[in-house]
Amino acid sequence: MSTLNPLHTTPKTLSNLARRRAVEKAFAFVCLAATCLGLLLLVVLLWGVFQDGIHWVNANFLTNFGSRTATRAGIKAGLYGTIWVIGFTGLLAIPIGIAAAIYLEEMAPKNRLTEFLQTNIANLAGVPSIVYGLLGLAVFVHFLKFGQSVLSGALTMSLLILPTVILTTQEALRAVPSSLREASYGLGATQWQTIRHQVVPAAFSGIITGIILSLSRAIGETAPLITIGAFSSISRVPERLQSEFTVLPILIFNWTTDTKEGFKNVAAATIIVLLGVLLAMNSLAIYLRYRRRTL
Amino acid sequence: MGGTEGKVSGKVIVDGSSTVEPISKNVEEKIRGKYPELQVLVNKSGTGGGFTKFAAKEIEIATASRPIEQEEIDKGKTGGVEFIELPIAYDGLSVVVPKENTFATSLTLDELKKIWSPDSKLASWKDVRAGFPDVALKLYGPDTQSGTFDYFTEAINGKKGASRKDYEQSADDEVLVRGVSGDKGGLGYFGYAYYEAHKDKLNVVAIDSGKGAIAPSAETIGDGTYSPLSRPLFLYVRKDVADRPDVKTLVEFFLSDEGQASVKDEGYVPLTADEIKLVRERFTKGVTGSMFGGKPAVGVKLKDLLGKLEGAK
Amino acid sequence: MTGAGQTLQSNRRIFQKRYEAAIRIVCLLCALVSVLTTLAIILTLAGQAGRFFSKVSPLAFFTGTDWSPTFSDAKFGVLPLINGTLLITVGSGLFALPLGLLSAIYLSEYASPRARNILKPGLELLAGIPTVVYGYFGVMFVTPLLKKLLPNMGFGEFNAASGAIVVGIMILPLVSSLCEDALSAVPRALREGAYGLGATKAEVALKIVVPAALSGIMAAYILALSRAIGETMAVSLAAGSRPRMTLNPAESIQTMTSYIVQASKGDPPRESAAYGSLFAVALSLFVITLIMNILAAKFVKKYRNVYD
Repeated sequence: MSTLNPLHTTPKTLSNLARRRAVEKAFAFVCLAATCLGLLLLVVLLWGVFQDGIHWVNANFLTNFGSRTATRAGIKAGLYGTIWVIGFTGLLAIPIGIAAAIYLEEMAPKNRLTEFLQTNIANLAGVPSIVYGLLGLAVFVHFLKFGQSVLSGALTMSLLILPTVILTTQEALRAVPSSLREASYGLGATQWQTIRHQVVPAAFSGIITGIILSLSRAIGETAPLITIGAFSSISRVPERLQSEFTVLPILIFNWTTDTKEGFKNVAAATIIVLLGVLLAMNSLAIYLRYRRRTL
Repeated sequence: MGGTEGKVSGKVIVDGSSTVEPISKNVEEKIRGKYPELQVLVNKSGTGGGFTKFAAKEIEIATASRPIEQEEIDKGKTGGVEFIELPIAYDGLSVVVPKENTFATSLTLDELKKIWSPDSKLASWKDVRAGFPDVALKLYGPDTQSGTFDYFTEAINGKKGASRKDYEQSADDEVLVRGVSGDKGGLGYFGYAYYEAHKDKLNVVAIDSGKGAIAPSAETIGDGTYSPLSRPLFLYVRKDVADRPDVKTLVEFFLSDEGQASVKDEGYVPLTADEIKLVRERFTKGVTGSMFGGKPAVGVKLKDLLGKLEGAK
Repeated sequence: MTGAGQTLQSNRRIFQKRYEAAIRIVCLLCALVSVLTTLAIILTLAGQAGRFFSKVSPLAFFTGTDWSPTFSDAKFGVLPLINGTLLITVGSGLFALPLGLLSAIYLSEYASPRARNILKPGLELLAGIPTVVYGYFGVMFVTPLLKKLLPNMGFGEFNAASGAIVVGIMILPLVSSLCEDALSAVPRALREGAYGLGATKAEVALKIVVPAALSGIMAAYILALSRAIGETMAVSLAAGSRPRMTLNPAESIQTMTSYIVQASKGDPPRESAAYGSLFAVALSLFVITLIMNILAAKFVKKYRNVYD
């Protein structure tokens, strides 16, 4: 064996190697570029929105109602409406979702019925939101006669995010090591005692993460609430469940289509407020999730 | 003005024409300050949609850019709904093209009919008139719930609802403004207020009905020379709620000088002093029924009709 | 233990058991809400659509190319809406699927753990941007840009390309995240074997990992496209409301979803065929996304099984 060529490299393999290395470098670059492209596009677009709207965000903007004049237009109706609708959505979807997840993950026997329930929930998670809107229109607004109210909106949105709440809670529960449960049983605890005092607290941050993500999805939803019935002009904050309402995304939609001077800036300013809220919520969720991983 | 200022409370829903909606919104904004307890909700389901809700007693006031039709009157009757018809403004339905279109400064009624008739397949401006450039014709217009649609098709094609189908439809006139202004070969139609608000992006087309090309303006709409596309805009108030303090206050505000100022603000043409007096009387006396007998308003003079306070049923 | 103490203990046990049984039932009922929801969706959509199909022949619906349900001589051919939806979906897929996979490869094969910890949450944040904001992007930035860059394509103010581009950007984080999950699931041993034989990272990624994760990647693609199909607000704002058969991205179109929003806003009278058409289209949409989600789940099962 020649010590000068221990790897038996022929001229062919050497040139091959050079080519493969070049391909490798090129490919690595392409992948990095792909990752950055998407991020870059979004940064550019967000910067555009920011420029359009930031000068319009002030105290008046937050406390005024809509107006025919862009400089006087404000988001108060949408802000309160979002808080009311999402608030009640959470009140409905969170308990039901967590209970359902506990059933499926901790209590249900592993049989066909459970499998069916699970598949059904996964399918519901993929149904387009507009279909939920039509469901809400037909059932809550017309059939149950709740009308175009905060109640109809909250019920519809709860159905929309329920699958997501269930699935994320299940994931959180699944992540709790079985040793914890077994230890609890070993000490004589019943199933519910184990769930209530051991499993759920251990899964807590995962559950909260899921809830925050589901609610932030709900905050950004427009189509189902438009279908339920959004007025083009509303200058009251909701006072009861039966009140009419509007939400921030609907305001954005209306103002984006309005070609009058200044309204595109008002829309951009509303987007900034909405994204600000969502950024805060999602950052919290991500922080919780990564903190849990490192514990 | 009726009602003790500031003390009136209640909820009134105003729904219907997207053409009238800017006026309603303007009035709502003004009334917010005067009567904080009075909640006015404005929507634009279209003239047709508004009448449907009106007949179902879901709303108190229906706005319209054409008179109520016999079919809609009958539907109301079966539900026990009677109405008070109140014209509140004049509009010149405007045909618009984008700012960069400098060749279509006027069109004849025949040319408009050629473009919009149900079996029209016209695809380029050069087919509209010899001498026009070969630019693709891109049409924009309201959807079929719109009173503007009804009025335009009646006036241009002779039959309500008769129109070619291949155009960009929207119930939202702002969408139409955006569409036409961004499209070199664009052509659209909507209420005058939307042209007025966007003069920087749009050119209005003068209409030649045989007596020379007339462009819409406050004068030509007011005296009726901009024809046949001048038309009245209406409020329809439910007779059974007309005496409610909140409804009464709102309607009287619409008919007041301030309300007529809103009409002007939004680019429409207010009624003359005599006409508005007659309309106010109509409301105070609670005269029901339509002056137009359930038929379209094309070519009818409002002044003559208002004179006969009794109106047809 | 005394007799009294024993009874107390067993009473408590019995109470606890009954209490737990009750809780179990409550939790089961909550899980059944989802079944109720599915039933409600199917009944509502099918019921109204059924009434619609008694007035309009299904054949005319599924094969007709003229969609004008609100005109006096109404036509109910749904193909233009499907055309519009397909144009947007395929367009967005052309953008997001390759880019998403490439960035997933970067994240799973190349990126340092620190880079991953920044990029992955970053992508997730972007995935949380509401669709109506993408609509704003489309109208305010993408369409003017398209008009400036390609003036002779004749882009109208509303066009399919703008819709496809923003939907593509919207689903990119989803594709990337799901693909990355699929790639990460491939056992390290496979990679290490290839490295041991002298393969480059690119070769390992393209010839080993991706083929191994293929069914997971397929599932990711299907789910992302299903999301694109159901997308409403961005296309309502940017792509137009003109149902027509066309392949020209510069023209305006109408998707199934934006028709539903437009038509339900106008609140058509409940007995009219136009009202029924809403539900017929929604039913078609529901069935399409359901089939895609079931397909995706099958793919996921396949790739999970291979490596468990």
